[in-house]
Amino acid sequence: MGKKILMKGNEALGEGAMRAGMRHYFGYPITPQSEVAAYLSKHLPKRGGVFLQAESEISAINMVYGAASAGRRVMTSSSSPGISLKMEGLSYLVGSELPCLIGNVMRGGPGLGNIAPAQADYFQAVKGGGHGDYHIIVLAPTTCQEMFDFAVMALNLADKYRNPVMILSDGALGQMMEPVVIPDEVPIEEYDKSWALTGAKDRPPNVVNSLFLDEKELEEHNIKLQEKFKRIEENEILYSEYRTEDAEYLFVAFGLVSRIVHSVVDLARAEGIKAGLLVPKMLWPFPKDRIAELAEQCRFLMSVEMNSGQMVEDVRLAVNGRRPVYFYGRMGGGVPAQRRVLEELKSHIEGGTK
Amino acid sequence: MPKVTIREERCKACGLCIHYCPKGVLGPSEKFNAKGYHPTEVKHPEKCIGCTICAQVCPDQVFEVYR
Amino acid sequence: MSTETMKKVYSIPESLRNRPHHYCPGCGHGIVLSIVGELVDELGVRDRAVGIAPVGCSVFLYEYYDFDCVQAAHGRAPAVATGLKRANPDLFVISYQGDGDLAAIGTAEIIHAANRSENFSTIFINNAIYGMTGGQMAPTTLLGQKSQTTPYGRNPNTDGFPVRVCELLNSLEGPYYLERVCVATPQDRVKAKKAIKKAFTYQLEGKGFSLVEVLSQCPTNWGMSVLDSVKWVKEVMAQTFPLGVFRDKGQQK
Repeated sequence: MGKKILMKGNEALGEGAMRAGMRHYFGYPITPQSEVAAYLSKHLPKRGGVFLQAESEISAINMVYGAASAGRRVMTSSSSPGISLKMEGLSYLVGSELPCLIGNVMRGGPGLGNIAPAQADYFQAVKGGGHGDYHIIVLAPTTCQEMFDFAVMALNLADKYRNPVMILSDGALGQMMEPVVIPDEVPIEEYDKSWALTGAKDRPPNVVNSLFLDEKELEEHNIKLQEKFKRIEENEILYSEYRTEDAEYLFVAFGLVSRIVHSVVDLARAEGIKAGLLVPKMLWPFPKDRIAELAEQCRFLMSVEMNSGQMVEDVRLAVNGRRPVYFYGRMGGGVPAQRRVLEELKSHIEGGTK
Repeated sequence: MPKVTIREERCKACGLCIHYCPKGVLGPSEKFNAKGYHPTEVKHPEKCIGCTICAQVCPDQVFEVYR
Repeated sequence: MSTETMKKVYSIPESLRNRPHHYCPGCGHGIVLSIVGELVDELGVRDRAVGIAPVGCSVFLYEYYDFDCVQAAHGRAPAVATGLKRANPDLFVISYQGDGDLAAIGTAEIIHAANRSENFSTIFINNAIYGMTGGQMAPTTLLGQKSQTTPYGRNPNTDGFPVRVCELLNSLEGPYYLERVCVATPQDRVKAKKAIKKAFTYQLEGKGFSLVEVLSQCPTNWGMSVLDSVKWVKEVMAQTFPLGVFRDKGQQK
């Protein structure tokens, strides 16, 4: 049954993680993710957990590294500039194959930017971000409910693959309030954690490490990681579609923007334009096969984002030149307006791609 | 009689054991070990009192001491 | 007499893997490694110990300790230790850092772990130099001391002053125990072991943060003979970094 509660996206993220067994949170204050820490500082101790406000983002991610080494479900969260600070630690987490949940409630950049919603950390999230060859699983919620649900999914996926998982949200999704259904029980998947540091009792010592000085060993380690990433790409995919069955013009949008574009599709349809929408809810792995498939039936595709054009590159890679792929975006905290997106769509239709 | 044994393949010939041995038991060998050092060897076994100072100052865990 | 009938009074600690390490001849790290191994044996904590290997000369500690280990990013050992200990307070956590790691890139982490009095033990190896990278100036390099990046000697006007970690941490309320020792002579080694044992015991008693700073010879990067280097620790280095107990809440009334 569960219960329905009106809560902020950031709170839903924290609640979802706790329901999924996360009992160790390490973070550093930054707007617009403050409610995650505020919520967890209030509720984690009551559920026997640890909330620790670290001296920096760098310390926080390394505390995550320590607690994950101990085999616990662990989380940190931040917003864009703070996530940049965590990138070294993220690379170590992947290199040492440690599971964890990282929340990024994105704000405008570059630099100190502002505290308005943005999606400008797409590249950083899905292409690696830190040093070395790696990927993390990136989930992109579109509602407060998904902030909750994806937190549960993220902690399961992290344990499943021994890899960090990021929830890529934004300042608006984090701050807005919506009803969230909190089920009595969430599915907690148990995976082997015999690698964890629990003390070498009746077993050889475990070592959590990303250092392989020998070139051959490091290459083998990299090959093993790449095989894992390939396995993730084969097994994990998450997206939704809206009015794509007969769509001639396909929008692709994630997160907050997908909700705006959802309405644009209706506006377009009301004018007789057969628009549709694909919403990647997992940004890595990216639903490239489905986009390629839909491209066959479309005249063109259009990616709408709150950045200068980042996901559009992955859409173009998926389409591989078969159809034009256009882009419309706002930056620095600007949110695309429905009418403006519709105009953009029409201008490309008029521009002639018959 | 007290006795020290030396795992000479680990020795890096830093000389701390020779310097600090209170009884002058130890000295450098003339031969080389696999690392290319002249490892410490027991020159005067009869003088050893099994005090373990050699083992304690050794950075390379070379010694075992018996009493 | 054969060794079978005799009592073995010293051998490589069971908590250390029986394999050679990469430290240079005469290096103080190797001596402290033995001390840690001996104490983990003596205290019977091998089956719940977690060693933290930092970045620097001791980066391969996980190859030497025969118990669970984690390798930490440069300077972040205190944060990793915090995460481990908070996640599982039953673990016995030994954080081990050099001077560049602890007193330069990781200054924030050590200060705040100490300030929160996190219940783990830190061994801080101060050899006044960056050893692993070839002898650059460390935060603890003495005034006038030559290094690869202070070829004319450390100049306080451009390079600042040696950072005294025990004194710095002693200004905080958090730390339970702070002591500076060295391993230059057999007598010093006895004192160092006693200090580290105290730090370990305090952790087992749940007392909070302990740090033992070990002035450690680095003959290779100091460009000295081993015997000159141990003499230099006592006669020169200890002038800037006086040995002794800075904080011991266990001894306070």
